[in-house]
Amino acid sequence: MLDQWINGLVIGNLYMLTAIGITQIYGVAGVVNFAHGSIYMFGAYIGWMAIAWWGWPLFPAIALVLAGSALLGLLLERVAVRPFARQGSTILLLTTIAAGLILDNAAQVIWGPQTQALRNPLPHWHFQLGNSTVTLLDLFILACGVGTALLLHLFLYRSRAGWAVRATAQDREAALQMGIDAGRVSRLSFALAGAFAGLSGLLVGLYFSNIYPTMGASATLKGTTAALLGGLGNVPGAILGAYVLGIVEAFSVEWLGSSYRNLVAVVLLIAVLLFKPRGLLAPRRALNPEPTAGTFIPHGRPLRFPRWAAPAAVAAAFVLPLALANPYPLQVLSIGWAFALMAVSLNLISGTTGQISLGHAGFVTLGAYASAIFTSRLDLPFSASLVISPVIAAAIGVLLCYPALRLRGQYLAIATLGLGEAISLIALNWDAVTLGPLGISNIQPPKLFGYELVSPAAQYLLAFVILLAGVWIVHRLSRSHLGRALRAVREDEVAARAFGVGLSRYKSIAFGVSAFLAALAGVLLAHSYSYIAPDTFTFALSIQVLTMIILGGRDNIAGAVLGAVLLIALPESIRFLGEYRFILYGLLLIFMLRFRPCGLLNART
Amino acid sequence: MSLLSVRNVHKHFGGLHALRGVSLDLEEGETVAIIGPNGAGKTTLFNLISCEDSPDEGEIWLDGRRIDGLPPHLAAARGLARTFQNGRVFGNLTVLENVLLGAHTRLRGLTDPGTRPAGAVFSALREIVLGIVQPRRFRELEAELTAEALEILSIFGDRLIPRFHQPAYSLSYANRRRTELARALALRPRVLLLDEPTAGMNPTETDEMTEVILKLQRQGQSMLLIEHKLEMVMAVAHRVVALDAGEVLVSGPPEQVRSDPRLIEAYVGKTADTAPAGAAAAGGTRFGASAALTAEV
Repeated sequence: MLDQWINGLVIGNLYMLTAIGITQIYGVAGVVNFAHGSIYMFGAYIGWMAIAWWGWPLFPAIALVLAGSALLGLLLERVAVRPFARQGSTILLLTTIAAGLILDNAAQVIWGPQTQALRNPLPHWHFQLGNSTVTLLDLFILACGVGTALLLHLFLYRSRAGWAVRATAQDREAALQMGIDAGRVSRLSFALAGAFAGLSGLLVGLYFSNIYPTMGASATLKGTTAALLGGLGNVPGAILGAYVLGIVEAFSVEWLGSSYRNLVAVVLLIAVLLFKPRGLLAPRRALNPEPTAGTFIPHGRPLRFPRWAAPAAVAAAFVLPLALANPYPLQVLSIGWAFALMAVSLNLISGTTGQISLGHAGFVTLGAYASAIFTSRLDLPFSASLVISPVIAAAIGVLLCYPALRLRGQYLAIATLGLGEAISLIALNWDAVTLGPLGISNIQPPKLFGYELVSPAAQYLLAFVILLAGVWIVHRLSRSHLGRALRAVREDEVAARAFGVGLSRYKSIAFGVSAFLAALAGVLLAHSYSYIAPDTFTFALSIQVLTMIILGGRDNIAGAVLGAVLLIALPESIRFLGEYRFILYGLLLIFMLRFRPCGLLNART
Repeated sequence: MSLLSVRNVHKHFGGLHALRGVSLDLEEGETVAIIGPNGAGKTTLFNLISCEDSPDEGEIWLDGRRIDGLPPHLAAARGLARTFQNGRVFGNLTVLENVLLGAHTRLRGLTDPGTRPAGAVFSALREIVLGIVQPRRFRELEAELTAEALEILSIFGDRLIPRFHQPAYSLSYANRRRTELARALALRPRVLLLDEPTAGMNPTETDEMTEVILKLQRQGQSMLLIEHKLEMVMAVAHRVVALDAGEVLVSGPPEQVRSDPRLIEAYVGKTADTAPAGAAAAGGTRFGASAALTAEV
């Protein structure tokens, strides 16, 4: 019992160091910083280099970590936040995600993908407290956490710079008019938040004695959960939220087992979003303020092509297998078609309906698992599964998302991220049905009308025909009254609702059709890979698909297909790019949003 | 029974008692203007009638059915259409698409919300399938609505017709407000709620809008109107309801309300104490108050 309390407090302290940074950045920049975990990871590596390579003692190493990660925070602000400050918070969300992607993969390139041992340089002194052992490291972490919180409090409430930070967080415009240099406040906040994140990364590395390049993802998730628990932008709230999260986790690990640690955090995240989106400490909601007139972000109109262009492209895609002797491009392109289907489906949610979904991989996973289970464990034929699995996946997907659909903007984005994670964590933990971490192997190859589609050309054609069907469905919907209603939801939810467009219904329609098509892509991929595991389709895939539609142009079906083909085919055709693939995606995302936000196939207006 | 009937509604926002027992009625074909100083509760009342928000106490009836507490999209289906104080067009939709969206609730057999979870799921699935298949009757309905939308746009002369394929964000402010009104008309509302339709318009544009509203009135449209420009209120309203601090201060025919001393007091404060000659100044005060009312714009 006491063990869990101590454990929870120590872990809570670690979460606190990330959560206060996330909440502070939200206050100042209005965005949940998804690159926060990456700075945390970099902090851990900087400390590791200092201790393991150069043999530094702990305190100079901490100083180096603080300085290095503060610099990284400044860099992040300069590259991924400041240039986009006027484009709205959902764009900022995307650019910080992109920055995180770049940093995570840069770390893999610099330090290698393997886990590194991090030896604790503190003396191994400990004492007994009741039945549990308290180490010096535990005390040190507690001291760091409490010390940082105190310093931050003194800074925010006792210094002029802190005063400016709080003023900017409360009302940026008014602060600007009072002569506060908002740019300086923003830089200061990112530097501070970066330093805390880096310190937290190092301490976590010391606590668990190892570090690895992808350790940041869970830190972002936990930090965001803690910050949301306290109410985004509320520093004392984030501290409370971090302790709540740490203690709840410590107890649930004790009762349920350690594989449930992340699932518990995700469930807590979704629960707080659904029931207390403004945090545990917030009062009841007030009516949303009316927007001021004239704050439109022009979307760009689709480029016009000659009438024969689309049929010609389709015909060319059909005859390609005849023209190619080498099967490799066909294999790449059939994966490309599956991704194009995902992009077209996500485009319906994000491009047409204007909702950012970060959990698209969840729908793909649902479809893939449904079909794998139907065909290998229930002996259903592929042709039947091709129809049934996406329907079931869409039904489950909408059911899961439905309660979250009343959330807006970043809140919905985070909820979909949580749901996507929840789906793969359920696949991981529900051994009886999904075979747990082993995954399902030996999935039969696609088989239609008695023919096994095993040759690359056959799989290519199957994927292309299914993509065409998906494109046709989305195209028809987009041109119908439904497309109009979905776009109205994107443009102004209040006005749409006032004209009879019920938000839950139309968002559900968008998510349902989208989940159906994404699951269809999942079915295709499961049968063509012949193997599927809980980590086959991850958050990185959701971001990859989002990058595809930003590249091609939002609310543009041809753009989504083009984006997918480019992003799948390019790293395959240019060999050296393969290793840097995700860095390329991140750079491309930032570059497009900066210089051509309307995408390749939309014209600026 | 009145077409629209608001009965003794109260609304609190935290400690603020924004509406304290407001009642009003709107008859078929009538135009009622709601006036009052800033913060009197006019827009709050509109939000309650359009079901954007629900009252803490009291009832709202439309056509003999109670509507308070309904979600706004169902209120729209019952025939309530509104414009917004600051103008809320769909920026990246064309003018025509904006107006067609206004007719969303009239796509019969397509957009019925359905009752109870099962009915709602079934009707949503049907809407998806019909959206993909687009049977002939729906294409015909869409064509009819498009023709009607163009007809609605033509009431603004050549302000909007030449621009109907332009995205709404490219329009001037006044044209956005016109688009909003056209969108509301496309719903064929039983009651049209206009929240300051001429705010931010110059005198010529205001006169044009007044003409349009008079034309709608002649067509029998029932309207509830929030307006600050007293001249316009005088020109179009059959009755005026003056709100102050969440209560109905005066209501009645425009001329009578305009000269009511309580209203003048609400706008410009008590003048009797400071005025050198009480009775003699009354006429002057009235004049001054009217000037203040119009000048507020």
